Amino acid sequence: MPIIQAHNLTKVYPIAFKQPGFRGTVQHFFRREYKNIEAVKGVSFELEPGEIVGFLGPNGAGKTTTLKMLTGLVHPSSGETRVAGHVPFRREPAFLRRISLVMGQKQQLIWDLPARDSLKINAAIYGLTETEAQQRIGELSEMLFLNGKLEQPVRKLSLGERMKAELLAALLHHPEVLFLDEPTLGLDVNAQVAVRNFLKEYNAHYQATLLLTSHYMADITALCDRVLLIHQGMLIYDGSLDGLLEKFSPCRAVQLDFSQVYTREQLLVYGQVESLEGQSARLLVDRDKLTETVSRLLADLDVVDLSVTDPPVEEVIGQVFLEGAV
Amino acid sequence: MSDGKGLMQATRVARSLLSVYYAYMVEYRAELLFWVLSGSLPLILLGVWTTASEGGQFALSSIEFARYFLAVFLTRQFTVVWVIWDFEKEVVEGTLSFRLLQPLDPGWHHFSTHFAERGARIPFIFALVGLFALLYPQALWAPELWRLGLYIVTLLIAFSLRFLVQYTFAMFAFWIERATAIEQFWFLFYLFLSGMVAPLNVFPEGIAQAVMWTPFPYLIYFPVAILLGLEINLVQGFCVMLGWFALFWLANRWLWKQGLKRYSGMGA
Repeated sequence: MPIIQAHNLTKVYPIAFKQPGFRGTVQHFFRREYKNIEAVKGVSFELEPGEIVGFLGPNGAGKTTTLKMLTGLVHPSSGETRVAGHVPFRREPAFLRRISLVMGQKQQLIWDLPARDSLKINAAIYGLTETEAQQRIGELSEMLFLNGKLEQPVRKLSLGERMKAELLAALLHHPEVLFLDEPTLGLDVNAQVAVRNFLKEYNAHYQATLLLTSHYMADITALCDRVLLIHQGMLIYDGSLDGLLEKFSPCRAVQLDFSQVYTREQLLVYGQVESLEGQSARLLVDRDKLTETVSRLLADLDVVDLSVTDPPVEEVIGQVFLEGAV
Repeated sequence: MSDGKGLMQATRVARSLLSVYYAYMVEYRAELLFWVLSGSLPLILLGVWTTASEGGQFALSSIEFARYFLAVFLTRQFTVVWVIWDFEKEVVEGTLSFRLLQPLDPGWHHFSTHFAERGARIPFIFALVGLFALLYPQALWAPELWRLGLYIVTLLIAFSLRFLVQYTFAMFAFWIERATAIEQFWFLFYLFLSGMVAPLNVFPEGIAQAVMWTPFPYLIYFPVAILLGLEINLVQGFCVMLGWFALFWLANRWLWKQGLKRYSGMGA
């Protein structure tokens, strides 16, 4: 049975618009004009327990609003949603004990105190005994390499350490469903890898369901088998990463090394020439014609080396958002 | 969960919140002194009224005025509230989201911060009272034990009422950008009608009687009058005080429910 269900989820925000200039300011003071902005338009999907799903979309696509509706922070304008058997917006204690949300840009830990103090409050709120809390803090801080860091004021921690401490605080009650909004935002490469590894381990260890948004494709490719693509408030894709490439990238990249120099015109008959440098070239070839084109290339030209790759996922997704392709 | 277990859990949450927020407030050692000093308007008014009473006919003598404003100073120190500034920031910046994700009403975090802060400012308050004792030794007095006990109980209710009123105004942050403007308007009435600037028994009788039906005197004048033994109607006072508490509680909970439907977790 799905642990997350969203059916026709919609969120409309009234936004006040102001014309530029002094006249606009005066008009705005006396008569405010509101427009309804549809941040999320009829989004439907389901997640099974234990899945890790990437939620992708450009800025303002509706990812965070959807996460807020799923966690009960925002009241949906219409549609239905159930998470762990609960209607999120009712914010029943039994529901709140089973979920957590980590926001890369925001923090819940008290800035001027050591993280351990904030954890003490969380432990009491979630009804953990002293022993349970200590055991979980020890276990999670070991997984996150945070030993010795929880006694320092949060403001003295590095960005990576702070994010890891935030994760610890969000997971202390062992939520079954974890929502993550840009969990690796602003972290260096090593910290990103550490957070990714931890999430993988947490998912495997506790069979938790993870739904995460990230602008770093490395997060998605490392963690998610399935992705949801949202664009202008609408869900435009729900499936595997490979399927995404097949659907939105009709071409594959063919990297070639020759024993002599060929001109762009000579290569254009085989596909789109993405780059040409000396005796090396990179062509984009239609997936349907790949086998035939590769045979022709090998037969017609002096090929020393040939390899076929998918274009980088971020390139494909970026193109989808740019063209609004559905 | 059985009642006993629930009570134990509530006690543990309260203990954790108070001990952590006390540690949080103690981090601001220097700031605490300035916060205490910023509430010393009654001590300035003490000087003004004791001087004025020496040359005029008032309901209180010069020494009684000194005692009155010392008690006002104490009461104000223990009932100072700033929840609307914190809450407005949480709504505007979206950090309320973290509190909403926990199975505990966010109001308890704010209430605990205020309550714990009282503990942190006590040493500073007593230092200033000691200074007062040096400057006005003739005004010192020892209230009867029952008065002191009743004063402490009333002070607790006054603090809770002041907190609840401001927290209720804070709910408007869901609808307007600066809910603090409401508090600033309310403060004008609070300043004059609570007994902070002048004791209510120097007001014309009709006005003083009418004011006793508003929430303002119960935030300062009523507890002070209990401590000093000024003439007041205790039964009516407690009934009105608790009546306002109930009214604001209902308004607060209704606004909270309606406000959450409008919350968008901006910036988060």
